[in-house]
Amino acid sequence: MKAGSTASAFVAVLRRDLVVFWRHRSDALNPLVFALIVVTMFPLSLGPESQRLAPIAGGVTFVTVVLASLLSLDALFRSDAEDGSLDLLVTSGQPLALIAAARLLAHWLGTGLPLTLAGPLFATLLGLPYAAAATLAGALALGTPLLSLIGGACAALTVGLRRSGILLALLVLPLTLPVLIFGAGAVEAAASGATVQVPLLFLAAGLALALPLAPLACAAAIRLNVS
Amino acid sequence: MPEDADLDLPLIAARALAYSRGDETIFGPLDFAVRPGETLVLEGANGAGKTTLIRVLAGLMPPSAGTIEWRGEPIDTLEPDPGRIAMLGHQLGLKADLTPRENLRFRIALGGIRGGITAAAALKSVGLEGYEDTTVRTLSAGQRKRTALAALLMTPTWVWLLDEPYANLDREGQVLVDRMLEAHALRGGATILTSHGLVHPSIARVATRALGVPA
Amino acid sequence: MNALTLWFHKLGSPPYFYRFAGRLLPWLYGASIALAAPALWLGLFRAPADYLQGESVRILYIHVPCAWMSLFAYLAMAGAGFVALVWRIKLAELIAMAAAPVGAAFTFVTLVTGSLWGRPTWGTYWVWDARLTSELVLLFLYFGVIGLYRAFDDPRRGARAACLLALIGVVNLPVVHYSVVWWNTLHQAQSVSLMSGSSIHPSMLVPLLLMALATHVWFFASVFARARIATLEQEAGKEWVRELARAGSTA
Repeated sequence: MKAGSTASAFVAVLRRDLVVFWRHRSDALNPLVFALIVVTMFPLSLGPESQRLAPIAGGVTFVTVVLASLLSLDALFRSDAEDGSLDLLVTSGQPLALIAAARLLAHWLGTGLPLTLAGPLFATLLGLPYAAAATLAGALALGTPLLSLIGGACAALTVGLRRSGILLALLVLPLTLPVLIFGAGAVEAAASGATVQVPLLFLAAGLALALPLAPLACAAAIRLNVS
Repeated sequence: MPEDADLDLPLIAARALAYSRGDETIFGPLDFAVRPGETLVLEGANGAGKTTLIRVLAGLMPPSAGTIEWRGEPIDTLEPDPGRIAMLGHQLGLKADLTPRENLRFRIALGGIRGGITAAAALKSVGLEGYEDTTVRTLSAGQRKRTALAALLMTPTWVWLLDEPYANLDREGQVLVDRMLEAHALRGGATILTSHGLVHPSIARVATRALGVPA
Repeated sequence: MNALTLWFHKLGSPPYFYRFAGRLLPWLYGASIALAAPALWLGLFRAPADYLQGESVRILYIHVPCAWMSLFAYLAMAGAGFVALVWRIKLAELIAMAAAPVGAAFTFVTLVTGSLWGRPTWGTYWVWDARLTSELVLLFLYFGVIGLYRAFDDPRRGARAACLLALIGVVNLPVVHYSVVWWNTLHQAQSVSLMSGSSIHPSMLVPLLLMALATHVWFFASVFARARIATLEQEAGKEWVRELARAGSTA
């Protein structure tokens, strides 16, 4: 790969983010621990009867994953804004949308993917029937990238603001409601034996739409905040 | 960097360039041109808008009026090109969790590298031998500045935009910057740098011109 | 450059917009009242009551136009936002930011009237039906735009960020709406539509459409009024504003 080419820039940003992430790998567990704690709150508040928990297991897991993936969003562009790396990326002459895409991919690998893998485990703790666990995994595999994409665009919008954590949540959550609806709906359908194609296809379609658009929105937001 | 630089055509020029925020004029209108081999020093008091001017020239902020020209063409009509401009701002653009070597490797992948130099050689020439593999977080402000200078040394760009390049550096470091500016000019590159009034004595040697930025 | 383009350019100048909108406002408010009064009279007193729901169906003359407006306002906000971002026109930024609270207000009224309508119809003040839930999410989107705008120190940058958010939201809007509709069909037991069992009688159509028109005109009046005030705020130090203040104080 030629140094200075677009492909090398993409790989370089991705690699750099993953190295930085790895150097703080103890922080990386935080979203997972958070998710586990939230999942634990449900039997504690509703009682441990599986008749109560099993029907809501899929939905609760999905809500928890959405909230947990919010945690690492605020920091997504913030450190780059503070140390001048964002200026560097904007003036690099490389397509900013592609660089943003690398950043979003790194976020998914660091936060979304672990949550996707842990999700079915959490749901099983709540009594989700095994038949639906595979659907949950699939819905999470489609949904968590969407969360990274949408969340990343909103994080880029708020990068210059102090104390933007709550505001970021207020921006991201309404936009991610369709992911929740289709994802949890798919699990519901699987648990009750109905067809899961429709919601999963909608998630896939949403992902296909967001993949090109979210990095573009990200890049526009970054340029706005850098100027 | 291409070798056949046309020495008469200015690399970068500002035509009636101005920037204002709301009603406040930050700078302008300014007219200047920098040719290959020239170093332009922007002088002005604190708050005169020098940093803003650097950021506008780098393309981070759109000017409120006027145009920037690259080799005679308005820069916004041209395709983005990593080989044109390198900026060194107040924040150095280094990741604190990476080592200088890793930071430089990232820069190379992002923007390419000038022929005839390696990351290791660059780090050595800025006096960071032995510190290449400790994280930037553990370095002093002066050492971080030197790391950023090493990155600058490696870029294959024509024009350097430097905001307070001498800040945080000891006597040796300042001499290093002078040497870098000279070498860059000899290679046919151009530099625009800011300095707030307290002009380093050796700037007079490298600078071809000074431009006062009216506050 | 033809006359229309020229006029648009003039409109971008704050003092001109201020005067132009100021002249237009009384007509807009007047027209909106002139349309709303007969609409409400027809709807509240002359149109037939529903055979299922009785008199309470009359609230739809406020609920439905407000629902339409809540959506129209978002589209207008996104449209103005697009203009503001692409052509960097200050006035478009102001209009977009003025449309946000007005749209949010219409959404809120839709929700409240929907809830009040639901009480006699379903027995509770809130049911998670597709349309009301959709409106609620729309309210969240409005809050996001307003919140983002207010969070910035620099109002122009805040306006542009909020406009970008509005554009992201507008792409999301059909997705959100459809997903809520789908969600509603998935959970059949709770799908109750406010209008199920009733059909629109022709004599209901006239007050409904009149009211829709009235709310549209009201929207523009409201947005222009807000944009005028925002213009004054933004141009606070300038000469033309000081002239106005001086003239106002001697009047």
